[in-house]
Amino acid sequence: MRFVDEFREPELIHKAAQEIRRLTDPQRHYRLMEVCGGHTHAIYRFGLKDLLPPNIELIHGPGCPVCVLPMGRIDDGLSMTEDPDVIFTAFGDMMRVPGTHGSPLEYKARGADVRIVYSPADALKLAQNNPDRHVMFFAIGFETTAPSTALTLMRARTLGIRNFSVFCNHVTIIPAIRAILDSPDMRLDAFIGPGHVSTVIGCRPYEWIARHEGKPIVVSGFEPLDMLESIVMLLRQLREGRVEVENQYKRVVPWEGNRAALKAMAEVFQLRPYFEWRGMGFISQSALRLRDSFADFDAEQRFRIPGVRVTDPKAAQCGEVLKGVLKPNQCKLFGKECTPENPVGALMVSSEGSCAAYYNYEHRKARWDGPPGLSVVSGG
Amino acid sequence: MDRPGGLSHRRMQSVPKIRFRDTQIEMAHGAGGKASRRLVEGLFVPLLGDPSAGPLGDAAHVRMNGTRIAITTDSFVVKPLRFPGGSIGELAVNGTVNDLAVSGARAETLVVTYILEAGLPTEILEQEVRAMAAAARRAGVTIAGGDTKVVEHGKADRMYISSCGIGRLIDGIEVSPQSVRPGDRVLISGPIGDHGITILLARGELDLEAEICSDTRPVLPLIEAMAAVAAPGIRWMRDPTRGGVATSLNELALDCGLGICLAEERIPIHDSVRGACELLGLEPMHIANEGQFLAVVAPEFADAALAALQSAPGGQAAAIIGEVRAQPAGTVLVSTLYGGTRVIDMLVGDPLPRIC
Repeated sequence: MRFVDEFREPELIHKAAQEIRRLTDPQRHYRLMEVCGGHTHAIYRFGLKDLLPPNIELIHGPGCPVCVLPMGRIDDGLSMTEDPDVIFTAFGDMMRVPGTHGSPLEYKARGADVRIVYSPADALKLAQNNPDRHVMFFAIGFETTAPSTALTLMRARTLGIRNFSVFCNHVTIIPAIRAILDSPDMRLDAFIGPGHVSTVIGCRPYEWIARHEGKPIVVSGFEPLDMLESIVMLLRQLREGRVEVENQYKRVVPWEGNRAALKAMAEVFQLRPYFEWRGMGFISQSALRLRDSFADFDAEQRFRIPGVRVTDPKAAQCGEVLKGVLKPNQCKLFGKECTPENPVGALMVSSEGSCAAYYNYEHRKARWDGPPGLSVVSGG
Repeated sequence: MDRPGGLSHRRMQSVPKIRFRDTQIEMAHGAGGKASRRLVEGLFVPLLGDPSAGPLGDAAHVRMNGTRIAITTDSFVVKPLRFPGGSIGELAVNGTVNDLAVSGARAETLVVTYILEAGLPTEILEQEVRAMAAAARRAGVTIAGGDTKVVEHGKADRMYISSCGIGRLIDGIEVSPQSVRPGDRVLISGPIGDHGITILLARGELDLEAEICSDTRPVLPLIEAMAAVAAPGIRWMRDPTRGGVATSLNELALDCGLGICLAEERIPIHDSVRGACELLGLEPMHIANEGQFLAVVAPEFADAALAALQSAPGGQAAAIIGEVRAQPAGTVLVSTLYGGTRVIDMLVGDPLPRIC
């Protein structure tokens, strides 16, 4: 399969792993944060930790949009399903995220009209096909998904569609990274920069991390070879004493970002003065809302939103895990009260959440100290 | 073992203990993964199970007048009714005869129930009855009887079919999770995920197209070809339908208390299925199959079993994909081509509802 298999080529991967071992100072401990949940997922899915020396520690960052959404926003969104005219639409990732009175899927089982869509454009199509209903799209995501929400809203306005709205939960990545760096209990050596977000915002917005925080950052792709190469690039910077923003994911990420996408976002969205992040509290200028010129499509203006605030369950340590202070399995609830099937926190729901990734791919492996690979059948 | 099938998993106590605590039924309870297992083991087995029966299998083996027969039942609620490579009528036959086949039995006859929604065009019903007849001829089974119910318009999605099959045990095949041993090999009959991805694309909700069709077919001819040379070495079989290969193998790992180690690059998969899974973020080993089976075979029989499968019609892509290990107990582990490993769990939740 093109554009996939090239980046999973065993020989190249072994070379990269070798280069990582060569560049690593055995006396030193390296703490690298992968900001993006997609990277967390890839690390576990491809078993990349097995290829790294033990003194390279990968810290999972806050870049999982489902995970950072506070429960109150989920409750707010689901409150709209009380109106029988409303069709609640969201990405599949959202469907099992628990609200106070259940997840969207549980609301659906109780009779609410809750549907999975694969893009906001699908939600708009649903509105066109159901003119006597109101279709609400529960928008989540960083700058990766915000442009498609923006373009869908522009299209809805052009088409004059009246029965469509967006409950906007789009967040922005830079303030989250800033919050991580401001956190006193966090010590990092370098960042593996988000890949998908950077296709939109480019690499320039990270320059302050290098310039003011003194941390190298390499924007990375998601295939095993991408991630290993990014780690090689970070280790080279650390070894040579350079502090730069580098772009490993050049085949997709332009340095200046995607101007058309940024323009659409600027036309539709404006920054909220502050927004609550799960486990991290309120972060100023960290989220988007619809501009007043799109008020007709703003679910927060069209519906009475209760504005629920729910404190996270006390025992759950989602915030510490989200900031990378704790490993998923160091949380008191991990694997006990909180499992992918019965998640307490969102980190256990989304495939990009570090707890779910750790639970699905890693934690039972940790009990096993046998050799990786197969003695008999792994020849190919 | 006398009764390797049956609706019972654990030894029964005198008072049935209901462990199912979920407050309502959700789609996940029918998805074949963890929630389904919880429902069956926590509610159905304690109240309905036969204490003397063996572990849960695809079909129950019971003795009647001294003859051992296999019996199974299956229901079909797939949406859409027709899809590339098959339709609900064909699926109802193949799904049922395959449940019997992987329990080591040759299907003899089926009885079927049609639940129809008022307003269903006769033309569509006739198409499915014809598809069922053709599939029954192909599988070599008769349809001995049936039942028809009609519900109000809007109360069913056009048509559901439920089917019950009875089969005769094939001499020399004895399958059960308890007979699986460390060192046994894991075989698969062909490429994974075709059915689930075909259904997903056939719904037309994604703007994705791929040349791919459902793998629905009777698997008995392949099992017979394998049994002809390796019957004494066949320890366990399962058709990995809902929940996919990962769920079936996790169930095996739990039932036999051993570990299953798979080599990812050995698992046959069409590029179109892999591509769709990459795009949609799905795990191919969680995607349903309707015409494949997994077998655990003793190591000394594995090569012969594989050769027999590969030379049988429709078995060319069969492969040995892994082996059974003592550790990690109760776990399925996948190794990648470049030496990374990961645990793969049962399906949680329900990525693609109503696929069969």
